[in-house]
Amino acid sequence: MKLIYEKSQAGRRASALPRYENLPSPPELPEELRRSEPPRLAEVPEFELVRHFTELSTRNFGVDTGFYPLGSCTMKYNPRINERLAALPGFARLHPLQDEDGAQGALELMWRLQEILAEVTGLHAVSLQPAAGSQGELTGLLLVRAYFAARGEAEQRRTVVIPDTAHGTNPASVTMAGYELTPVRTDARGNIDVDDLRGKVDEHTAALMLTNPSTVGLFDENIEEIERIFHGVGALMYYDGANLNAVCGISRPGDMGFDIVHINLHKTFSQPHGGGGPGGGPVAVRESLEPFLPVPAVVQQDEGRFGLEYDRPQTIGKVRGFTGPFGVFVRSYAFLRMWGPRLREMSEVAVLNANYVLARLKEAYDLPFDRLCMHEFVLSARTLKREHGCTALDVAKRLMDYSFHPPTIYFPLIVPEALMIEPTETEAKETLDAFCDAMLAIVREAGEEPELLKEAPHHRPVKRLDEVRAAKRPVVKYGFEEHPDAKGEPKVAAAEAPKGV
Amino acid sequence: MAAAESYPDDLKYHEEHDWARVEGEEAVLGITWFAGDALGELVHFEPLEVGSSVTRGQSYGEVESVKAVSDVVAPLSGEVLEVNQAVVDAPETVNEDPYGTGWLIRIRLSDPNEPGALLDADAYRQLLADQ
Repeated sequence: MKLIYEKSQAGRRASALPRYENLPSPPELPEELRRSEPPRLAEVPEFELVRHFTELSTRNFGVDTGFYPLGSCTMKYNPRINERLAALPGFARLHPLQDEDGAQGALELMWRLQEILAEVTGLHAVSLQPAAGSQGELTGLLLVRAYFAARGEAEQRRTVVIPDTAHGTNPASVTMAGYELTPVRTDARGNIDVDDLRGKVDEHTAALMLTNPSTVGLFDENIEEIERIFHGVGALMYYDGANLNAVCGISRPGDMGFDIVHINLHKTFSQPHGGGGPGGGPVAVRESLEPFLPVPAVVQQDEGRFGLEYDRPQTIGKVRGFTGPFGVFVRSYAFLRMWGPRLREMSEVAVLNANYVLARLKEAYDLPFDRLCMHEFVLSARTLKREHGCTALDVAKRLMDYSFHPPTIYFPLIVPEALMIEPTETEAKETLDAFCDAMLAIVREAGEEPELLKEAPHHRPVKRLDEVRAAKRPVVKYGFEEHPDAKGEPKVAAAEAPKGV
Repeated sequence: MAAAESYPDDLKYHEEHDWARVEGEEAVLGITWFAGDALGELVHFEPLEVGSSVTRGQSYGEVESVKAVSDVVAPLSGEVLEVNQAVVDAPETVNEDPYGTGWLIRIRLSDPNEPGALLDADAYRQLLADQ
């Protein structure tokens, strides 16, 4: 379709804004700050504008258009009531610098959300400030640093242990927090290899970072032994809440022995994501770590009154502006209050759905760890690759022809040709069956007509993208032929700019 | 154009999918066809500097594809004599010719006995078949 700039005709206008009257004239901008010519904007009438963006929206795919089993991402349905509540003027029009007397409702909502998250994680105190899972991780590791610094062990504690199945953000956060990474292997049942672990944990260990259930969708059967190993040497345990959707109301990280947990509000608690956010990555901690949490802390001052507390001398400081992404808190709070004491059912159905899909697919694909799964599972397309030359990527592309979002592929890295599938609790059995039917049909197609997979997708607006060229030579802006960029965009890049795909 | 699968008999192999061609007191190192195929077309090779040292079993650089960034593990220890600039300039050379023009670095061996501990081509093929 054409870009909005290609539909532009000089002089066409959408609705005209009324002029302000009786306002003081704005101060004159210094000459050097003024534009020499007006900005280049597309000129289209209103109906053209509406058609353009409506058509664009039909090229999109999201939870609102179809099944989205993107493993590890928990792409559940985001109830519309969340949006209505977040849009209430008392929430939406609140200024972050509003005085506390005028923001009691918002402060109370944050405090109540903290209390719920503390209960769900089995820990003592919560900071809502981190704005994403990755920032929650970094915040958690900065808490680890502050904790050991306060004990005089900052020099001694140098390493953080991470299993080889971990999300890539884990090692990145460890490095950013100034620690050294100690990877640990996964055993044949998909648990941490405890023998490998024992040799790697000592008085220099600061912490373990673990996702449980792990990225292969399995609950670590040795978690109590792992807890003894780490706490036995005085190290801390960090829980990556990426897969919290599997265990809410069933088991709590705090009870497993974890000291710090980050929660992804955009996964587990229905903040919309997939378009880049905004996310929410609150951190929950044991009592001994509370003094180090970010400021301001949202606290209950006395019965019925809430406020912001800055006087925390051992705090790691702010990790984000003001008190964090507030609209996200409203949506997650609404979602949690709707489930209420039945939150356990959410996780039970998520696990049930995953096991149903697994049971239907495990004969047709390779299954690296043959156990009951949690909320997601990992299959492998290695037999398809060996026998028919069809890879996990080909399966994923072909699924798009069946109108499903592909699962996560090639992750975790320890499983070759990985297909990581997470149906979430949202979906009905009919949807799960239709997805399974498609996955099974694709296996048959691989045997009968492998080109169908290798050239897929056949029924989508764009075919396979040239990801290598996109990585090597990204063209991130439109090249106006008659209006070349003053800074000298390379000619070839302008010629390659997409026009009317 | 990606090369066809092969594991030449005159090379030594490390289980992390790296190869070494031992030439007297020196060795040329690279990654195997299997590693290149698993990663897909390489878009970046981040080498270390000439004169630095590499240690058997430790990472000496990174290769990056659209799929992943991966450490390159040294099959042998030694001092870096030369880095293949052709691969730095055009990383896809590794996919096109993994054992020829797609070599990564040349080292002077620090321990002449180390190559004895590496796998021969048959043993490496068996390792791939078992995976």
